[in-house]
Amino acid sequence: MAELSYREAVRDAMSTAMRRDDDVFIMGEDIAEMGGSMGVTQGMLEEFGPERVRNTPISEMAIVGAGIGAAIAGMRPIVEIMYQDFTTLAMEQIVSQAAKHRYMSGGQIKVPITIRTQGGAGWSPGAQHAQQLEAWFVHVPGLKVVFPSTPEDVRGLLWSSIYEDNPIVFFEHRTLYGIKGEVPDEIEPIEIGKARIHREGEDVTVVATGRLVHESLKAAEQAAEEGISVEVFDPRTLQPLDEDALIASVQKTNRAVVAHEAVTRMGWGAEVAAVVQEKAFDYLDAPVARVGAKFTPIPFAPVMEEWVVPHAKDVLAAIKKTVGKE
Amino acid sequence: MATLEEKGQVSSSGRLKEFLREMLLIRRFEEKVEERFRAGELPGFLHVAIGQEAVAVGVCQALEENDVIASTHRAHGHTLAKGTHPNEVMAELYGKVEGMSHGYGGSMHLYDMERGNLGANAVVGGGLPGVVGAALAFKLRGEPRVAVAFFGDGATNIGTFHESLNLAQLWTVPAVFVCENNHYAESTPAKQQLPIEDLTKRAEAFGMTSMKVDGQDVEAVYDVAKKALKHAREGKGPVFLLAETYRLTGHYIGDPQVYRPKEEVRELRQTQDPVTKAREKLELSDSEWDEMDAEIVKIVDASVEFSKQGTDPKPEDALKNVYS
Repeated sequence: MAELSYREAVRDAMSTAMRRDDDVFIMGEDIAEMGGSMGVTQGMLEEFGPERVRNTPISEMAIVGAGIGAAIAGMRPIVEIMYQDFTTLAMEQIVSQAAKHRYMSGGQIKVPITIRTQGGAGWSPGAQHAQQLEAWFVHVPGLKVVFPSTPEDVRGLLWSSIYEDNPIVFFEHRTLYGIKGEVPDEIEPIEIGKARIHREGEDVTVVATGRLVHESLKAAEQAAEEGISVEVFDPRTLQPLDEDALIASVQKTNRAVVAHEAVTRMGWGAEVAAVVQEKAFDYLDAPVARVGAKFTPIPFAPVMEEWVVPHAKDVLAAIKKTVGKE
Repeated sequence: MATLEEKGQVSSSGRLKEFLREMLLIRRFEEKVEERFRAGELPGFLHVAIGQEAVAVGVCQALEENDVIASTHRAHGHTLAKGTHPNEVMAELYGKVEGMSHGYGGSMHLYDMERGNLGANAVVGGGLPGVVGAALAFKLRGEPRVAVAFFGDGATNIGTFHESLNLAQLWTVPAVFVCENNHYAESTPAKQQLPIEDLTKRAEAFGMTSMKVDGQDVEAVYDVAKKALKHAREGKGPVFLLAETYRLTGHYIGDPQVYRPKEEVRELRQTQDPVTKAREKLELSDSEWDEMDAEIVKIVDASVEFSKQGTDPKPEDALKNVYS
C-alpha cells in the first residue's frame, strides 16, 4: 500500500490512463503550466505535452462540447471545469447534448466523457465559487454522477469513469484535496454504482457524501461515546444509487440520516429519503432526517459561512434526534 | 461517399445532373413530408429545407468518405445528401423502429454514425462545439478527416458559435463551419437580429479564413466547399463558409409567415430556386426532366409506404438507450 493525498490520487488515475492509452487526454482552464487552480494537474504538462494537456480559453460551453465531440469520435476525454459553479455555463452541452446523444440516436452513439469539477465551502470563496450542485445533475437521465470522499475511492472511481462509455459528472471537494490515505500500489477500478460502508453500526445509518463523510465519521465517534452505534454509508456514486446496499443498511439499523453539504431543500438527500421510505418503510423506527446547508447562497464572512453549511455537530444532532436521545 | 471525380463522373454536365438529382430528391421528399404532415400522419413539428437544397448537396458531394457532418433542426436535406436512404429518414419521421434513430429521435435528431452523420441538433448552435471536438480528435490521431457543421444565420448570435469558432481557430482543427444564411432566424428577419450584414466578419474576428458563395448555385457551392475542405484537411485551420440561401417556405410546416410579405416568397421562388437554376443550366428537355422526376417521386412514395408498414416501438422501449 502507498499513501497518496486526494489530489495526488486524482492525478495518478489520469496520468496512469494517459500513459496506457493515447485516446485519453485532458483539457481545461489553467491546467497546463499552472497545474490547475487546485494543483491537481501539476507536472502533467511536462510528462504529456501540450497536445494532451490542453489549456483552454475561458469557454465552458466549447470545452465541454469539444469533449463531447471528441468522445463521439472515439476518444476518452477528461474535461476539467475549474469550479462546479461554472458547470452552469455548460449546462446545455451537458444536459441536452452529452446526456441525450445516445438516446436520440437510438443507441448509435457513445459519449465516454468525464467532466471533472470541484467546489465546496469552508474557505470563504463566496457565493459563486462554493456551491454544491450535484442535485442538478442526478436529475438528468443519461448522466452518471460520482462524488468520492477518500484518496482510494477517488482514484479507483476516476479510473472507472474514464473507461466508462457514458458521460460522467465527477465531483471532487475543495477541502478534501489535502487529506491523505492508503491506496493499493496498482490502481484497482471501483465499480460505478457501488457504495462503501466506512463504519459499521447498529442504531442508525448516516448516508453521507463528500466532505460530510468525514464529518459523519467524527459525529459517529462522538455518538459512540453516548452509546449510539452509527453506520456511515458513502454511496460514492450518486447516480446510479446503490439502492440494494442502502436498503440493506437501513433494514439493519431501522433509522436513516442523510447528510450532504448542498442545500437541504430539494437536495439529493430528499431522493434518498424517498427511496428509503418507499422500499424500507416497514423497517423504519423514525422519520428520515436530513442534514445540509441552509436555504441561502453561500455567504462570504467566515462566521456566516460556517453557520450555513453543515458540520459534525449537525450530523450528531440529527443522529440523536433520530434515535430519540435529543 | 466517394466524390464524383473519384467515381469517374468528370464531365461537368454529368456532375451537375447528379447534383440536380440529389437536390430534387430532397425537394420531393420535403414536399411529401409537408403533405403527410398536413394529412395528420406525422407527429411532432417539422422544418423543411425547401430552397436550401444546393447547400446540402454541394457541400456533401464535396466531402471525402470519412468526413463527418453535424446538422440542425432543418436536417432532412443534409441527412439525405450525406447518403442515408430516404426510407430510413421517412420512417424516423413516422416514429417507427425502422427509422434511423428507431423512433427515439425524430425529425430534429437524425443520426447516422455509419455514414458520418454525427446528428442533427434541435438546440440552435448546440452541435458546433461537438464538431470542434470531432475535428480535434481527427487532428490528435493524425487522421486526414474534416468535421463539418451546418447552422444558420440565427446561430451566429449564440454563445456556442463564438466559443466554438474561437477554439477551432486557436487549435487549427480541421473543421468547416457552413453558415446557411437564409436571412431569417425562425421568424425574425436579419435586420432585427444581426447588427452587421456581412457575417464573414464574425469569423474574421477570430482570424479564421472565410469564403462566400451563392448558396443557390450548387456547382459554386461544390467548388468552394472543395477548397474549404482542402484547406482544413491540409492542416491550415478551419474555414467559415458563408452560403447565401433562401428558405422558400415557412420556418415550420404550417407557419403563416406573417413576418414577411406574401410577394417575397413568390418572387424568391421565381428567382432563387436552386432546383430550377440547375435544371435551366443543364438545359434538360421536358422528357429528360419528367423521367428524372418520375424516378424520384417513386423513391419518395416508396419511402412513405415503407414507413407506414413500419413497426411501432413498444412503449416500454422508451427505457432503452438511456445508457450504454
